[in-house]
Amino acid sequence: MTYNIYICGIGGQGIIKTSIVIGQTALKEKQHVVMSEIHGMSQRGGVVSTELKIGEDESPIIQQGGADLILAFEPVEAVRALEKSNKETVVVVNTSIVLPSTINQQDVDYPEVDEVIKELESKVASVHPMDANKIALTAGHPLSMNMAMLGAVTAIDNFPLSKEDIITTMKENLPPKSIDINLKAFEMGYEACNK
Amino acid sequence: MKIKELLSPEKGNEYFMLGNEAAVRGVLECGLSLAATYPGTPSSEIGDILYKIAKSANVYFEFSSNEKVAVEVAAAAASTGLRTFSFMKHVGVNVASDSLMSSAYIGVEGSFLLLIADDPSTFSSQNEQDTRHFARQANIPLFEPSNPQEIKDYIHYAYDISDEYDLPVIIRTTTRVSHMRGVVTTDEYTKNTINAGEFKNERLHVPVPEAARVMHKNLVEKINVLREVSNGSPLNKIIDNGADIGIITSGGAYNYVIDVVNQNNLKVNILKIGFSHPYPEELVKQFLENNREVLVVEEVDPINEIETLAIVGKYNLQTKVHGKRDGTLSEIFEYNPNIVFDALRKLLNFEDNRPTPNEKSSIQLPSRPATLCAGCPHRAAYYSARQAINSLNLDVESIHPSDIGCYTLGIAPPYNMANYLMSMGASVGTSCGFSKSTENQPIISFIGDSTFFHAGIPPLINALHNKNKFTLVILDNRITAMTGGQTNPGIPVDGMGQEAPAISIEKIVRAIGVEFVEEINPLNVNKMIEVYKEALKYEGVSVIISKYPCNLINKDDIRSRKYRVDVNQDKCIHCRKCISQLACPSINLVDEKITIDQSCIKCGVCIDVCPVDAIYRKE
Repeated sequence: MTYNIYICGIGGQGIIKTSIVIGQTALKEKQHVVMSEIHGMSQRGGVVSTELKIGEDESPIIQQGGADLILAFEPVEAVRALEKSNKETVVVVNTSIVLPSTINQQDVDYPEVDEVIKELESKVASVHPMDANKIALTAGHPLSMNMAMLGAVTAIDNFPLSKEDIITTMKENLPPKSIDINLKAFEMGYEACNK
Repeated sequence: MKIKELLSPEKGNEYFMLGNEAAVRGVLECGLSLAATYPGTPSSEIGDILYKIAKSANVYFEFSSNEKVAVEVAAAAASTGLRTFSFMKHVGVNVASDSLMSSAYIGVEGSFLLLIADDPSTFSSQNEQDTRHFARQANIPLFEPSNPQEIKDYIHYAYDISDEYDLPVIIRTTTRVSHMRGVVTTDEYTKNTINAGEFKNERLHVPVPEAARVMHKNLVEKINVLREVSNGSPLNKIIDNGADIGIITSGGAYNYVIDVVNQNNLKVNILKIGFSHPYPEELVKQFLENNREVLVVEEVDPINEIETLAIVGKYNLQTKVHGKRDGTLSEIFEYNPNIVFDALRKLLNFEDNRPTPNEKSSIQLPSRPATLCAGCPHRAAYYSARQAINSLNLDVESIHPSDIGCYTLGIAPPYNMANYLMSMGASVGTSCGFSKSTENQPIISFIGDSTFFHAGIPPLINALHNKNKFTLVILDNRITAMTGGQTNPGIPVDGMGQEAPAISIEKIVRAIGVEFVEEINPLNVNKMIEVYKEALKYEGVSVIISKYPCNLINKDDIRSRKYRVDVNQDKCIHCRKCISQLACPSINLVDEKITIDQSCIKCGVCIDVCPVDAIYRKE
């Protein structure tokens, strides 16, 4: 069996770093892991996504409807990711929005976040909304938002990696001076999702 | 991964590596002495890493002015007996091809590896060309790894082939292989030598016609020998499941095939081709004879498929070959698990047990296209150009040849400052064509600093010599920005991170003989508009050097700006010029009020754009 994680959001939110921590933890636990990431134009305000497969697969791309877990750093990006989901998928979503930089030039308005959450709830097994930006600020730095999201996924049933191992990998990957804030954000994210 | 880990001499360590990181580890394990590149995604990270580690790894590394130069540097260095490496994106090979073709004729005394990253589905490229054609055209052996571990392992194998046969060799990846992460086990790290080459004139290195004929004969003979090597290579392997239907696959496509086969317990035989040029004829023949039908799965062009069909024809085999040619698979775009599932199902007719995907949401979602960053100097240059063009009240379209870089985003409204694009440097050459073929259509073309050094200089010489009339804007943002911020010849730092002479764009332009040359900070938009207007009147080639550093490298300066930019709501007349004409992403319309958000880097352009001074600097 393979556990498929689709992670999405916007350039600069720390998505690739978060994904690497998950991947390295899988390696630490001697689980087979592959990952795909999109570089390039994404840092100019575009969508960023990574795909992680822990288990048996060799290809790093998740088939349509194949995600066990969607970790969305932004509400609209969670909806955009729905084609990777099925009715058994679990979604963890940050409720803090990032307006597209071109929103003034578009005919489409940014949807209401409540409407977005309802839409997700109608399609997947469970949705865990949390304001990860707020958690990060409370923890001490806005950039710890990604670690709040990472903490949240370790609270999900069936998530294939242990919380302790994830924390060990985090410590190996983050600068020592910010580790306390990141760990705090991580624990707060865990609690927010564990409720 | 950490630099320390990448340089660790230990064997048998396991790391979670990006394909491009595995490539660096591979060449270091093989005792690399010299590497040269021109940055291009999806291969860019290889250069970013080498830039950081070259000194500590005792390797010479450079960002060459273009891919042709990079291949020349690496090929010549390999002729002195060293192990060398060049890498680039697929379209870079077009630039390098002239020298690449000859390098196969000339051969190498040491070993020379080229890694070329193709970009199916064009995530960051202008086309989907397939590098494997070049290997055939140039008679160069080619390898197709499927994952980071294979990238590293194939590098060892490829260097050995290069060593033994004195030929350049190519490793072809795709975006999903270069930008894939997976577990890689390290091998021993070979200590290299730097500057230790010696050029010996013991055999011919000059393909004058008489010599070239001999060189070509030798080259073809080598490729024929290598066909035998390919037949027996461990990189080409048959997974025999005793079935009568087979799949021939290579590169990233193999990953999808093996997953679909395993997940659905399919009874098929698989031939995984890792050494694909010269194509392993005997091995494929044997595979064809043992299968009643064969499906070829490869990205992008049907190259292995046509090789397979040729074998069917040559030996008059009865095996049916499916793939792109009979429409089982597509000749465009990268593959994915769904595409390969559908193709295998056409052949094997198994049950579809996959979970049903959710349908696309009925909620209308705003799109998130890539845009120029807040405070990007290119935006100021484009806004001003648009203002200058609009002031002409034209009844014809203006022509805006553009080039390859972040600034290609000038295609977007409200600037509409890119309406013709070909390749690196083509903004200048195509401007010459437009200049000679149109009468009243103003031409303003755009090229970046790195792109100018890469391929913009010869066409500018052409422009002047052949008496053209157009305005060339050189967007000098002091960095190669699009690929993540590499140095270029205009920057006083080289690929080793050492101080280097910075080449002056202005001096080059003047030396060519351009008389209208204006170097200007584009953030002064009002001055910029006037310069455009003057340039448009000029009867000849005019050059505007729009010079201001990219935000990526200007962070200290941005941080030092202690004021902020704000809107005086009492003064604002709601003309929306700042939104509809400047369109900076930091400026928003919230509840019918113009506001400036935190993404603002305080470049101050909007202050000049506002016609009533409602936007101001708040100390």
